[in-house]
Amino acid sequence: MLNLDPIQMRLLEEIADLHTVPEGAYNIRSNSHAAGRQSSANIEITPKTDKAGIDIRIKPGTKNESVHIPVVLTESGLKEVVYNDFYIGEDADVVIVAGCGIDNCGVQDSEHDGIHRFFVGKNAKVKYVEKHYGSGSGSGKRILNPGTEVYQEEGSVMEMEMVQIKGVDDTERTTTAELAAGAKLLVRERLMTHENQRAISTYVVALNGEGASADVVSRSVARDKSFQKFDAKIVGNAPCSGHTECDSIIMDEGRILAVPGLEANDLDAALVHEAAIGKIAGEQIVKLMTLGLTEAEAEEQIINGFLQ
Amino acid sequence: MLELQHLSFLVPVDGKDKDIIRDVSLTIPDDKLVVVTGPNGGGKSTLAKLIAGVETPTGGRILFQGEDITGLSVTERARRGIAFAFQQPVKFKGIRVLDLLRIASGKHISIANACEYLSSVGLCARDYIDREVNASLSGGELKRIEIATVLARKAVLSVFDEPEAGIDLWSFQNLIEVFRNLRKSAEARSILIISHQERILEIADEIIVLKDGTVDRRGSRDEILPSLIGTSAAVNYCSRMDNTTGGNATC
Repeated sequence: MLNLDPIQMRLLEEIADLHTVPEGAYNIRSNSHAAGRQSSANIEITPKTDKAGIDIRIKPGTKNESVHIPVVLTESGLKEVVYNDFYIGEDADVVIVAGCGIDNCGVQDSEHDGIHRFFVGKNAKVKYVEKHYGSGSGSGKRILNPGTEVYQEEGSVMEMEMVQIKGVDDTERTTTAELAAGAKLLVRERLMTHENQRAISTYVVALNGEGASADVVSRSVARDKSFQKFDAKIVGNAPCSGHTECDSIIMDEGRILAVPGLEANDLDAALVHEAAIGKIAGEQIVKLMTLGLTEAEAEEQIINGFLQ
Repeated sequence: MLELQHLSFLVPVDGKDKDIIRDVSLTIPDDKLVVVTGPNGGGKSTLAKLIAGVETPTGGRILFQGEDITGLSVTERARRGIAFAFQQPVKFKGIRVLDLLRIASGKHISIANACEYLSSVGLCARDYIDREVNASLSGGELKRIEIATVLARKAVLSVFDEPEAGIDLWSFQNLIEVFRNLRKSAEARSILIISHQERILEIADEIIVLKDGTVDRRGSRDEILPSLIGTSAAVNYCSRMDNTTGGNATC
């Protein structure tokens, strides 16, 4: 059993769909302490000795196993920087579920900055899911500044699902990736901001080997007076293919800045950027109203579908 | 029963009011299939939008089953049993065909039920049920899904705005069957179709000819159709296909 209070359990459910301890390896961090940790035969989790954080070592050839490393914060005013390093062995095929939930009922800002590094071995496959969530009625901000570094060896595949739908006041996410020959990176980011929230998401992906490919897609909704910046750059240093896409809906007084960045340093680098920002099309709302939904229900349906 | 009383719709053009619909009064009785035809620009689509509530009339009243619905929103009219198939189907990102059929039916219908609606418009349900209603679908596919959503509404009055627009010949033939079946089913009490296709006019109980925003003629199919053959109010689908495909169409 986990030693977590109901609010912490609710956060855990939001960010990792966990109702109890997960199967396989896990490390659950609550208010800067380990609330539970378990290694498995193939996945070893050890705490760092020089700073906060853990090392996760996944043996070569590990198949169909998962690692959960969620973080919950419920103490107002708590600020932490955590360093987690993932070493994924050759030919492994694993799912890693991270994420952070902050409940801040106080007046002081709470902040969690998770710095994750992934060393993905040859032909390994990783699915990484990271959800961010904030709640609490306090005036203190809920701040998350994740830094992610990905190093992919030949033929590896990294699929990243980054989700932030609710309650995070301020976030600056920086993701960098370096891909060797034949490696593939897929990023699916889903983001919704409310009120005066601010979210900045920056990607720099270097395709260094022949046949490397990256597909970075962000779908986002900015409501109320929130602001988002999506800054995605792909650098092609070899015969490779890269695609970035920012597809956004603005509502109320929301603002979005999309910054396309493509750098081709090889004649056979094929790079594409797409960006579209706009309000919900009026005809979409009218269509759903002709099916019996109210205008507000129609908007919610459209946004929910868009962020699916 | 739907009743339009002295319905008008004016739009400002170059500082002057232009009549799109002028003092139209008519009734759509229960259990009838009524087709509104007439030349392009005659106000047919506008009339359909006024009935669905997508446009608001500048004069007159709309009564539906005895209730004045002129001031009601699109949603309120939908909830009273008016369904509307758009001439240009709307595309969505992330909303699946199944989602749309569930919204249309107003309940969490089973996949099997949803598939029945798709099958009835000639789509292989298995291939479409999980597809997003987005630009990856062809115009004809979107159109058939649009019609399926109206079938799923089981409405008291179903309004179709040029259902044949943008669909291929096979779909068109299938479409006639869809209307025949809809007419036979107990749930659909009135059907109003905006169309100038001869084949659709042939299945009408009544035909209304709308010209320059006003009712030019109305009456039973046998009264009206003969006078329309060969005019732009009753276009033969095959002859149009002939023109666009170099005469290779077979009907």
